Amino acid sequence: MTNWQRFVDTFFKPEMMRQYWPSIAQGVLVTVEIAAAVVATGLLLGLLLASLRAYRWQAINVVIVIFVDVFRALPPLVAILLIYFGLPGVGVNLPSFIVLWLVLSLVLAAFAEEIFWAGITSTAKGQWEAARSTGLSFSETLAFVVLPQAIRLGVPPLTNRTIAITKNTALGTVIGVGEILNQATAAQSFSGNATPLMMGAIAYVLLFVPVVVVGRWIETRFAWRRA
Amino acid sequence: MEQILQQFLNVDIMLKVWPLLLRGLGTTLYLCALVIPLGLAGGLLVALLLGGHNRLARWPLLALVDLFRAAPPLVLLILFYSGLPFAGIRLSPTAAVCLAFFCNTSSYYGEIYRAGIESIGRGQWEAARSTGLGRLATLIWVVLPQAVRNVLPDLVSNTVEVVKLTSIASVVSFPELLYSADMARSLTFNSSPVVLAAIIYLALLWPLVRLVSRLERGVATH
Repeated sequence: MTNWQRFVDTFFKPEMMRQYWPSIAQGVLVTVEIAAAVVATGLLLGLLLASLRAYRWQAINVVIVIFVDVFRALPPLVAILLIYFGLPGVGVNLPSFIVLWLVLSLVLAAFAEEIFWAGITSTAKGQWEAARSTGLSFSETLAFVVLPQAIRLGVPPLTNRTIAITKNTALGTVIGVGEILNQATAAQSFSGNATPLMMGAIAYVLLFVPVVVVGRWIETRFAWRRA
Repeated sequence: MEQILQQFLNVDIMLKVWPLLLRGLGTTLYLCALVIPLGLAGGLLVALLLGGHNRLARWPLLALVDLFRAAPPLVLLILFYSGLPFAGIRLSPTAAVCLAFFCNTSSYYGEIYRAGIESIGRGQWEAARSTGLGRLATLIWVVLPQAVRNVLPDLVSNTVEVVKLTSIASVVSFPELLYSADMARSLTFNSSPVVLAAIIYLALLWPLVRLVSRLERGVATH
């Protein structure tokens, strides 16, 4: 057997691919579902927290800032293990995909809050005053004048952050969420061949390369508009 | 309430596992000392090659950078650690972790350096060259110092991410902080060791996270 053949047999064996592509496809579906749920809840929660912070209620702001700092500093895997293995000990049993969704949403919310808040504070004071003087209430000013600008400012930094956090769905494999990596490693240990693992890696790359490229495009587009 | 304290904040267990976790923290710091300089150096190389005029080097490298930014780091790690042995290449956990981190972090650092270098106007290059500095000297003495200053918040923030990322090394049994804590958890049937690890991570990274916020605000007001 030539080296090339051996390489193909190890990483790209056709029979293996035929046998395992349904389970990898199943993993892709799970990854996409969780990623979509995380993006939706994480960004919404982040926007909500940033808006809440704009009212400058001391007690609430302290809580928000602590929440944001903790989830920016804590490795997501630590939070995942803590919740997944800790809560059953106090009688709360959450399914593994719920734990993954919850932790990643909170992490994304923390980063999104910080980015939206930076956008809110960068809006000139004059805009607030002008909007209030036309008769808009504080909440209306926030919702119709400030937030649209804050969200636009936040798009480039948020894009990269969101991509990075969505990729963390792979961490779910540690607690047995049936996403791509989990399916791939399971298939690898059944088959004793590295092909399923390679398929998993390729699936991730196919899924995320377009996202990364679009992210790069968004970044340059917004940079150009600001210049 | 009693049950929650017992499960998450059991001081007796925390004291008992403290030496183990301290050793784990040492390994985490050792790992950081390996992967952060490697990533910073690799990223600079990537940025310089991408900024160069050599098109033949540019496109494959750009594809590689996007590839490594698209693949989750844990996927790279498991591919290197448990995939390569099938091809007869057996890496130690340390080598696998370093290789996976190098691929991931130099792509991210590379993009940051590149943004920094691009933020320096052509006039600076021309002015420096016209004073008699060579290309390399211009890069080192004129462009890079300003470029790094411009993207310092991103560099620090990415470094925080790298430190957090070292926790995935626990998946390939690399005995760093999270691995030690998780081992202690499975021995004691109690989550307090993981809480303690979380507290250690926070103590380590909270100041850096604050620093990032301050730097971001500082650069924004320039």
